[in-house]
Amino acid sequence: MTETDAGQMVDTGQIAEKIADSDLQSGPDGTKEMGRSRRRKEDAKLITGQTTWTDNITLPGLLHFALLRSPMAHAKITRIDVAAARELPGVIAAFTGAELAGELGSLPNAWTVTPDMVSPAHPPLAVDEVRYVGDAVAVVVTRDRYSAADALEAIEVEYEPLPPVTDLEAALADGSPLVHSEKGTNRCYDWPFAAGDYEAVKAKADVVLKRRFIQQRLIPTAMEPRAVVVAPIAAADEYTIYSATQIPHILRVMLALTTGIPEHKLRVIAPDVGGGFGSKLNVYAEEVIALILARKLGRPVKWTESRSEGFQTTTHGRDQIQDIEIAATSAGQILGLKVDLLADMGAYLQLLTAGVPILGAFMFPAIYKMEAYSFHCTGVFTTKTPTDAYRGAGRPEATYAIERIIDELAHELGREPMELRKQNWIKHEEFPYDTICGLTYDSGNYEAATEKAMGLFDYDGLRREQAERRERKDPIQLGLGISTFTEMCGIAPSRVLGSLSYGAGGWEAASIRMLPTGKVEVVTGTSPHGQGHVTSWSQIAADALGVPFEDVEVIHGDTDSSPKGMDTYGSRSLVVGGVAVHHAAGKVIEKARRVAAHLLEAAESDVEFKAGTFSVKGSPEAKTTIQDVALATFAAHNLPDGMEPTLDSDYVFDPENFSFPHGTHLCAMEVDTETGQSKIRKYVCVDDVGAVVNPLIVEGQIHGGLAQGIAQALYEDCVYDAEGNLLTGTMVDYLIPSAADLPTFITDRTETRATSNPLGVKGVGEAGCIASTPAVINAIVDALRPSGINDIRMPATPERIWRALQESATAGSATGGAQ
Amino acid sequence: MTRVSMKVDGVTYEDDVEARRLLVHHLRDTLGRVGTPIGCDTSNCGACTVLLDGESVKSCSVLAVQADQAQITTIQGLAEDKTWHPVQKAFQEHHGLQCGYCTPGMVLAAVDLLNNNPDPTEDEVRHGLEGNLCRCTGYVNIVRAVLAAAAEMRGAGAGQAKSTVGVGA
Repeated sequence: MTETDAGQMVDTGQIAEKIADSDLQSGPDGTKEMGRSRRRKEDAKLITGQTTWTDNITLPGLLHFALLRSPMAHAKITRIDVAAARELPGVIAAFTGAELAGELGSLPNAWTVTPDMVSPAHPPLAVDEVRYVGDAVAVVVTRDRYSAADALEAIEVEYEPLPPVTDLEAALADGSPLVHSEKGTNRCYDWPFAAGDYEAVKAKADVVLKRRFIQQRLIPTAMEPRAVVVAPIAAADEYTIYSATQIPHILRVMLALTTGIPEHKLRVIAPDVGGGFGSKLNVYAEEVIALILARKLGRPVKWTESRSEGFQTTTHGRDQIQDIEIAATSAGQILGLKVDLLADMGAYLQLLTAGVPILGAFMFPAIYKMEAYSFHCTGVFTTKTPTDAYRGAGRPEATYAIERIIDELAHELGREPMELRKQNWIKHEEFPYDTICGLTYDSGNYEAATEKAMGLFDYDGLRREQAERRERKDPIQLGLGISTFTEMCGIAPSRVLGSLSYGAGGWEAASIRMLPTGKVEVVTGTSPHGQGHVTSWSQIAADALGVPFEDVEVIHGDTDSSPKGMDTYGSRSLVVGGVAVHHAAGKVIEKARRVAAHLLEAAESDVEFKAGTFSVKGSPEAKTTIQDVALATFAAHNLPDGMEPTLDSDYVFDPENFSFPHGTHLCAMEVDTETGQSKIRKYVCVDDVGAVVNPLIVEGQIHGGLAQGIAQALYEDCVYDAEGNLLTGTMVDYLIPSAADLPTFITDRTETRATSNPLGVKGVGEAGCIASTPAVINAIVDALRPSGINDIRMPATPERIWRALQESATAGSATGGAQ
Repeated sequence: MTRVSMKVDGVTYEDDVEARRLLVHHLRDTLGRVGTPIGCDTSNCGACTVLLDGESVKSCSVLAVQADQAQITTIQGLAEDKTWHPVQKAFQEHHGLQCGYCTPGMVLAAVDLLNNNPDPTEDEVRHGLEGNLCRCTGYVNIVRAVLAAAAEMRGAGAGQAKSTVGVGA
C-alpha cells in the first residue's frame, strides 16, 4: 500500500492483485477463459532464447548484403564506381542503383489521399539523385557481414550537393529548393474537411484561442532491428521471403505488384518479430532489393540493419506543425474547432505516409460536442527520412492538440480543467453518439473512468498541495495534467477505408481446424510481434469451442499456412481478427451440431451446445463432446447424408464500425523551478477498452503505450540540422527511456462493452501512447503557470523548462511583474 | 587470426577469430548461439547481455579475443536441466516481456543484479537495469518480475519482498 498525499492508503496494484485473484479460478464465472489472466504461451521460447528472429535464420549458401548510403541530404550522384569492391575477397557481387533500376521498380505507396496528390517515384536504390541522409546508392553482396562492411569502403561515389529542404514552412514558400524538382512543388497534397460553419460559430464566440503546437519527429525504435532473408528456388522462379515485418500478407501483394513476380510464386514469412510500433508496417527498399538479388544470383541473401542505419532509414513518426483554434462561450461551452496542419512526409511516400495525418483528422474533436469543425492538412516533402505510422499514427497528434488547448481554454476562462471537460464531453446516456466528424461512437462512459481515476489519483488532495506550494513559493512546483482521450482504432470497416481512398480493406480472416484428436488449430491473419495473440486467440477459441486452453494452437505469419490476412497495426488485431476467430468457431459448432444430432439420433434443433458438450433437450444422458464429434467427422463413417466430412471453418470479419476505447489519464509532475528538472510524481490512468480477454496482456499494452507517450513528452527528439544531417542518429543521441527514467504507473479499467462486435472488445495497443503525452505536458505547464508560462515544447527537457523560466522572468521584470 | 577457447553454456569451443570480431558475432555466427540478439551498435540497449565469468557484459562491446579462456552463460544456458532460473519464471509470471527481443539481455542483467544485491528496492532494480532498454513493457512488469525473483531466490514468499511494485510496501 502507498500512502497518498492526503494520507489515504491507496492500493497501487489495482490490476496486479485482481490478476492474482482471477488466475486462481478457472475464470471469473468458473468456466470462461475470457477475462482470465493466462500466462502467455509465447513466453517459453522467448525466455529461453529459442526464438527465430529473422537475423537468426541461416541457409545453405546464404549471402549477406549491405547498402552504401548517402551521407548527404540532397545531391546529384555524379559518379559511382563499384569495380574495386567487386575485386575484394569474399565479394560475390556489387551493383549501383542504375544497374538494378530496371528490376527494382518503385516502392509502393498505398494511400493516395487526394486524386491530385503528388506521388514521386521511389527507387529502392537511388539512381541519379539522393534525397535524404541514408538513401541507398549501391549494394554489395558478400559471404559474411564483415566482408560486406569492408566492401562498402571500396565503393567510390562523387556527389554534387543540392540544397536541402528541412523546414516545413520554408519548403512551401515560393522559390524554395525542391525535393523532387520534376514535380515543381514540395506540396504533396492538401486535404480539407469541414462540418458545420466554423466561421459562423467563431463570430458568435466570446472566446477564441489560437495555439501552435509542434509534434516533434520521433524514431519508433522497435528493439529488433529490421532484417530480411530471401530464399529462392531459382529454377522455378519461386521465392520465400522472411522479413521482420508486421504485414506478411500485405507485403506479399505489394512485392508482387512492385517486382512483377507473380503473387503465387511468393511466400512471405514473418518469423518471430521483435516489436514494430508501425515501423514494420511497410514495404521497404531492402525487402525489394533482397528479392531481386536472390533472383539475380540464384542464392539466398540476408540483410540486417544496424541500429544507426535503422535510425536513418526505418520510417519516422509524427513531425507536424499544428495550428489549432478553439471557439467557446464565456460560460465554457465549446462551439467549434479549427485545425491547420503541416505534416512532414520526408523525402518519399512510404506505404501509408500520406494518410497518417488524415487518420488524426477525425480525432481532434475527441470526446467533446461542438457545432462546427474545420480541418486542413498540407503534406510537405523535405529531404529527411520518410515518415509513416508510429504507434497511434495521427491520433496521438490530434489528442495532444485538443487536450492541450482544452487546458489553455480552462486557464483563459479561469475554469477548473476537469470541470470544463465534463461540461463539454459526450454524456454516458448520449451514446451511441454521432460526432461532428460523422463518426458514431458506439459506447463509452467518460464519467465512470474519470471518477475512478480521480479517486486513485487523489486529485483534490494534490490540488490542495499545489495551492500550498504556490502559496509558499516553493522552488519545487506541482502541476496536474489531464488527458481525457478517445481514439478511433481497430482499423477496419472496408467501406469507410475505401471512402478515404485507403489502398486496402480492413477485414480479417480466421480459420479453425478441428484435428481428429480433438485438438484445435486456429489460423489467424493477424501477425503478432509482441501482442500475445497466440494466448488471447487460444482463450477466445477455448471459450467458443468448449475445449481446454492448452488444446489450442495458433498459427500465424506465413502466407503458406495462414494464406489470408490484413495483419497487425492500428489496434485492430483483437477487434477484427480476434472476433473473426470467435465467428469461425461459431461455424464449427454449427457443423458439429449437425453431426452430433445425427450421432445422437435427435433433431438438430433439439441439440444444445454448452462448454464443449452437445446434449439433447429433455434427455440429458444423450450427449457427446466436441472432441468425439471431431473424431467421428474425421472417420466420416457415419455422417449426415450429403455432409462435407469436415468441421473446419473459415470466417472473414469486416466490422461496420471502428473501435472507440477511451480513458482518463492523470499526471502529477514536480518541476524544480531553479534547475528545470521535472519528475513524474504520480501517473494514474483508467482506460476503458471494453470487455477484456486477458487483463494481464491488456495492462502490459497500456504500460508500454504510456512509456512511449511519456517519452515523447519528456525525452525523445529526432533532430536534423539545417543541412539535413540526422543529429540523433544513434541510441547515444536519441533518448529511449530506461527503467530509471520512468515511474510505476497506477492503472485500472472500467468496462463499457463495444456494441460493434459480439465480444464487446475494443482496441488497446495504442491507447496508452495516444493518451499520455498531453497529460504530462499539461502537468508541466500547470506547474509553471505561476511563472507566466503557457506552453513548453516537446520534449520538455530540463533545459527547455529552465530557458522558459528565464525568459519568463526577464519578460516579467521588464513589465514590472513578479518573478 | 587468433586462437581462442571459451566455454559457452557448458560446451568448450576453440576457434580462430579475427582480432576485430565482436563476441556477439562469434556467439551468433560462428557458434550458432543465436539466443543472444543484437539491438544496437552503440552498446546502449543491452539486448546482447551475457554473463562472462559470472558478470554481465554487453557482448557487442567485448571482442571475441578478449573472451579467451572465459566461461560464458547466455540465455540458452541459464536454465538448468530444463528448469527455468527464478528470474525466467518470474518474467513469465509477471508478464515482464512482450516481443521478447530485450528479454535475454534483461534476464541476464537481472541475474547479475540479484547476485550482487539479493534484496534490492524498486529503485535499485530500476537503476540496476538502466543499461537494458525495453520498448514494449514500460518496465513496470519487468521490475515486478525482478523483485519477485529476488524474493524467491532469498527463499521468501513474494509477500516478504522488501519492496514490490504494485502489491504494496
